[in-house]
Amino acid sequence: MAEIRNYTMNFGPQHPAAHGVLRLVMEMDGEVIERLDPHIGLLHRGTEKLAENKPFNQSIGYMDRLDYVSMMCNEHGYVRAVEKLLGIEAPERAQYIRVMFDEITRILNHLLWLGTHGLDLGAMTMFLYCFREREDLMDCYEAVSGARMHATYYRVGGVHRDLPNQMPQYEPTKIHGKKDVARMNENRQGSLLDFIWDFTERFPGCVDDYETLLTDNRIWKQRTVGIGVVSPERAMQMGFSGVMLRGSGIEWDLRKKQPYAAYDRMDFDIPVGVVGDCYDRYLVRMEEMRQSNRIIRQCVRWLKQNPGPVMIDNHKIAPPRRGEMKGDMESLIHHFKLFTEGYCVPEGEAYAAVEAPKGEFGCYVISDGANKPYRLKIRAPGFVHLSSIHEMCQGHMLADVVAVIGTQDIVFGEIDR
Amino acid sequence: MATNEVIAARATQSLGDAIIGTKEHRGEITFEIDAARIQEACETFRDNPSLQCEVLIDLCGVDYSSYGEEDPSLPRPNKRFAVVYHLLSLSNNHRVRLKAFIGEDPPVIDSVVDVWSSADWFEREAFDLFGIVFLGHPDLRRILTDYGFIGHPFRKDFPLIGNVEMRYDPDKGRVVYEPVSIEARTLVPRVIREEGFGGRNS
Repeated sequence: MAEIRNYTMNFGPQHPAAHGVLRLVMEMDGEVIERLDPHIGLLHRGTEKLAENKPFNQSIGYMDRLDYVSMMCNEHGYVRAVEKLLGIEAPERAQYIRVMFDEITRILNHLLWLGTHGLDLGAMTMFLYCFREREDLMDCYEAVSGARMHATYYRVGGVHRDLPNQMPQYEPTKIHGKKDVARMNENRQGSLLDFIWDFTERFPGCVDDYETLLTDNRIWKQRTVGIGVVSPERAMQMGFSGVMLRGSGIEWDLRKKQPYAAYDRMDFDIPVGVVGDCYDRYLVRMEEMRQSNRIIRQCVRWLKQNPGPVMIDNHKIAPPRRGEMKGDMESLIHHFKLFTEGYCVPEGEAYAAVEAPKGEFGCYVISDGANKPYRLKIRAPGFVHLSSIHEMCQGHMLADVVAVIGTQDIVFGEIDR
Repeated sequence: MATNEVIAARATQSLGDAIIGTKEHRGEITFEIDAARIQEACETFRDNPSLQCEVLIDLCGVDYSSYGEEDPSLPRPNKRFAVVYHLLSLSNNHRVRLKAFIGEDPPVIDSVVDVWSSADWFEREAFDLFGIVFLGHPDLRRILTDYGFIGHPFRKDFPLIGNVEMRYDPDKGRVVYEPVSIEARTLVPRVIREEGFGGRNS
């Protein structure tokens, strides 16, 4: 009889389904996974150590680069932790803007997840549709911050500036003539809020389109139903949060249970899975996009009616306006002090968490009273989720590993930090 | 949602002198736990029906060696390392922070993998970055740093620029490690200003 041996296979770090730089060492019995050992850290930049060597304000940009598909949610976690230590609260309008952009970010993240998860499992078309909608949302990012992805828009004490009254428009090029441009600019005639409103009008239809392609698709169901089942007990043991926890049937959402910013004034539902497999988590994320759309509409309505400040006026923390600096000595000093030294945060420690698209994103800040954090610990949801991949894949086939990586919604920026 | 006082009372009742101190700051409750009894304390926090912290949200190491260096009047912890546990109770909807200080070097503390599976990677991370040894951990390897890395990069005495840099050596035909060639620089010096400096809180 032929000798039967286990194979040890290497998956990644250069593999399109590895979602970045995941290296998996797999011990396999034929096609069946016996043991999975993820090797991570290939993208480790030492964000926490870097933040300990910079004034509080200068680390916001690093947060964008953690989970680089849900940028503003990471910023939100960080600024909330610092605000908590300082004992300040952003103005109401800033809170609504933050909620609106958190939800835009959630849709951005889920769209990328849907596109790549679909691509991994053989649904090529999804990728193209999802990126079409992402483009509009990236334009919203660009309109408020000037950057399409790494916005650095949330600041301690509010947001950088108010929403623009004029949505940037396309200009004619060699490829797009005047007629094309007029059509492309149709929904960009008003303010940013009008543009977002127009997006929310058509987005539920887009989600319906995605669902017609996948939800009852035979191949899609064969690849996801019954794959990577996690029981509620194990989900809690393994520290899951966000969709991974809700997919297993636990109704837990920080936006509802421990509301922050303006979430307590929002009307939305929490979708929950039943079985806890990849298909359930897919359904939960699809419904979350619809709910996010609902929240965005409520925010747009409120923001249109309620003008106001978007930044606290304490110039020991928030920089003064450019105009004031030209004529007022005190403002000039404030500006100089803020950008050369920053502000000192009272001694203490604080943990602040937000419901990021991937799960609970938390920042634990220890301050010894200096202008730099003494220790910053970033609690990334993906890190915890990935640590369970062995348990979720054991006994499954090789091809299911790809489905599980996809369903965990892994991004290496936040796992390796 | 139980208030912090209620949680503190229940915890002290069931754990007794394993809790060295209790502190409430910014609405968050912190228990300082005797490092020798951390496993017992964690089990109590998970299983006690009135505490019920089912989820270990976060576990991290802290190096207190340069805490408050710029202000000598500040009280400093007399032990160098600490392990901080963030717990979350889904059924009671509250958060708790546990803190265990460890003095010796290398710092040693019991692992809590048996209490929460999610501690596995967190403890590997704390071992990798701070060199904290977790007794009873099934597989304590480095996790974030490079294969064959020397040192524990998040300790305060580890320089920000690191100790070695790597490049491809065309003569040897492989990647070689060399001492770092860049110079350490500080763009913004670290300062501690007294409370209310420049009218901050006015």
